[in-house]
Amino acid sequence: MIPRFWRKIKYRYDIVGSVCENCGTQFYPPRNFCPICRRKSKIKEQRFNGRGKVLSYTIVHDTPDEFKLNKPYIVALIELDDGPIITSQVVCDPQEIEVGMRVVKTFRKYFEDGEDGVIYYGTKFVPEK
Amino acid sequence: MERVAIIGVGQSEFGELWDKGFREIVLKAGIDALEDAGLEGKEIEAMYVGNMSGGRYLAQEHIAALIADYSGLSEMGVPSTRVEGADASGGLALRQAYLSVASGLHEIVIAAGAEKVTDVGSEMTTDIMASSADREWEGFVGATIPALYALMARMHFTKYGTTPEDLALISVKNHRNGALNPKAQFRREIKVEDVLKSPFVAEPLRLLDCAPLSDGAAAIILANEKVAREYTDSPVFIKACTQASDYLALQNREDITTMRAVKIAADMAYDQAGLKPEDIDVVELHDSFTIAELIAYEDLGFVEKGRGAELIREGITSLDGSLPANPSGGLKACGHAIGATGIRQAVEITYQLRGKAGKRQVEAEMGLSLNIGGTGATAVITIYEIG
Amino acid sequence: MKAGIVSYGTYIPRLRVSVDEIAKVWGESPDNVKVGLGVYRKSVPDLDEDTATISVEAAREAIERGKIDPERIGAIFVGSESHPYVVKPTATIVGDAIGCGNSFHAADFEFACKAGTAGIQVCMGMVESGMIEFGLAIGADTSQSAPGDPLEYSASAGGAAFVVGKKGVIAEIEETLSFTSDTPDFWRREGQPYPSHGGRFTGIPAYFRHVTSAAIQIMEKTGYKPSDFDYAVFHQPNGKFPIRAARILGFTKEQINQGLVVGYIGNTYSGSSIIGFSAILDIAKPGDKILLVSFGSGAGSDAFIFNVTDLMEDYPRVPTVWDKINGGITVDYSTYLKLRKKIRLKG
Repeated sequence: MIPRFWRKIKYRYDIVGSVCENCGTQFYPPRNFCPICRRKSKIKEQRFNGRGKVLSYTIVHDTPDEFKLNKPYIVALIELDDGPIITSQVVCDPQEIEVGMRVVKTFRKYFEDGEDGVIYYGTKFVPEK
Repeated sequence: MERVAIIGVGQSEFGELWDKGFREIVLKAGIDALEDAGLEGKEIEAMYVGNMSGGRYLAQEHIAALIADYSGLSEMGVPSTRVEGADASGGLALRQAYLSVASGLHEIVIAAGAEKVTDVGSEMTTDIMASSADREWEGFVGATIPALYALMARMHFTKYGTTPEDLALISVKNHRNGALNPKAQFRREIKVEDVLKSPFVAEPLRLLDCAPLSDGAAAIILANEKVAREYTDSPVFIKACTQASDYLALQNREDITTMRAVKIAADMAYDQAGLKPEDIDVVELHDSFTIAELIAYEDLGFVEKGRGAELIREGITSLDGSLPANPSGGLKACGHAIGATGIRQAVEITYQLRGKAGKRQVEAEMGLSLNIGGTGATAVITIYEIG
Repeated sequence: MKAGIVSYGTYIPRLRVSVDEIAKVWGESPDNVKVGLGVYRKSVPDLDEDTATISVEAAREAIERGKIDPERIGAIFVGSESHPYVVKPTATIVGDAIGCGNSFHAADFEFACKAGTAGIQVCMGMVESGMIEFGLAIGADTSQSAPGDPLEYSASAGGAAFVVGKKGVIAEIEETLSFTSDTPDFWRREGQPYPSHGGRFTGIPAYFRHVTSAAIQIMEKTGYKPSDFDYAVFHQPNGKFPIRAARILGFTKEQINQGLVVGYIGNTYSGSSIIGFSAILDIAKPGDKILLVSFGSGAGSDAFIFNVTDLMEDYPRVPTVWDKINGGITVDYSTYLKLRKKIRLKG
């Protein structure tokens, strides 16, 4: 798990994806091959600004082991203002969330490998003030 | 291309089979299928096995060889291949078996599907199932499979006005059908209120919107037309068996109220079979979650996009409706033995077309099954006709 | 131009627990505790917040407000006594999260509650020597306290980040010095979950000796007297100590009130004096003179004299520290115990 997490730190700690300069399609997570342009793909890394709106959301009650203390938590599909759609947790009161709500990125802990293991950080979202 | 027919079917019980191991469950389904076809077993030229995660549920890989061994096929050196497409593994095994006969390479083969899930705890099970979505970008953020289907459901609610009650009706119907199926995991009827009072798993989906994860196995024998006619008077011909893929993660799909892989596979299947949706008499759908069955109504072309709820509200997909869906009880009531489900669906359609489905028998000559992997990144559609 | 603060950012977790709630559990009179400590509620980190996440959010606010190119930050120092790892730095997490590349100096600092101001001094030295263009100094904590210990009323979470440089300075550092001695007033041994302290010994020989000595020395060195300052901020382990220190030194309530944040968020340890300082920067005008004196147990104080520059006029300062302090969602004591992982779980 550690090397696998480490490899993507750049893309998880901030919203760094990619764009195909040939057709303008933006990707998050980053792709290095554009499914539309294929061999004509011209991929460049792109940092997205981290603001967007909730397209759909769920409040998760049955959780995997590593999230059991966070129960219930919110997972949403968020359409970024300047880019693609991202799947992320949203930190707010479950009563507060709704489709269309404006959100902004925040740096948070996702889970850890037990008390003596590595801590996995990443991007979550909070309601825009 | 050779015409391909199902000449024998078999199925274990589905459920929490505490006293049965993986090998016993598979053997039961295989032997039932051979007996049903009137075969000794030596006639089998190849085997295709659908299994999602023997590696994590049982810490056992090389599942195809294991099954060949315990079913006595290794004695003859019969080639055995495992295929994996999450909970569409069974459908993929069916399709590989179909292709091997249709191509003329083999005359008679077996397709099986099997999963043993109850040897690990429920949190582990949730985790294993989550690996059928995008581990890095969905699983990492805690998006479980129920959570992802919940995102689809919420979007369908928002866009088309579908309600939790509509989804509950699907669960109620499938339980009603399952009560009539002696092999089903849940053989009891439930009410809409039961669904709406059951605890949330991932809002808006509740416990009774979700299929259980079950132990179970199913097997079918496929043969070309010439061989099929030697063994049976009621072969069930496969008119089409198609497959399509979609982006693994929901976030990369244009519209999450539709499963594009299902639409693509359906278009191909209707085209190959020379049929239209209205020609289908009975369907087995992949209701791992109630919303999946509702979306399938639309993507299979039985009703236009956004109006899936009408089919359940008006009773069209009930056992006595014009398009009975999941007469077996579906994944919800019959049980979802992951890799076995795609084959189990073929078993049910075969019973229905042969007129041997007992109390849940519907009037049908043409059937269709839809098997989905994960949240829809793999879809397999099979169209069957009684010959 | 001397080195100074180019930009700053703060982060305070949104959850709070009240002193009343804690006192009720331990059979203390809430009013006695509130009057005795001058603390009414404190911030509590959520399950997914720790010193690293607080540091990153504070740093991002600083970078965004100052429109700093992260690649030009040549050093990151994070001061805390609650680094998520004992071995493995917080500074590297901050570096990757803000995207400052790989060519930067980094280290985690520990000096009880003054590790953040120590970072400012180190950045200042590196900037003035020409080693780096910009340095990022952060002080942040999710401070620990044993259930039932008086510390529990105040030990809280928060942090502040400062970009130190010579270009675009909004608050120039006119002078800084430190007063340091070996004084075991408060400590935490390796492997221990909660700190221990010397009770009333933390007062006169520790906090007051170091804070007042550093303040007096810096005023003597520069020739200023308390009335020359528009604002002053002293480390805030509770609401009483900084007020008393101000009185001893001759500062008025008006000079310290804007930076006195402890009553409503508690003692954020490495974040404490610098969140107070940030609250002052929020309203400071060009020409204002500010005294900052931190304190770290063990023990030492860093004193700074800042002069606010004309660039402050156009510097964006919303939401302010007080906006963040006044927000918040109150949790009960059992939730607080769960959030702080004070309930032992099976497995």
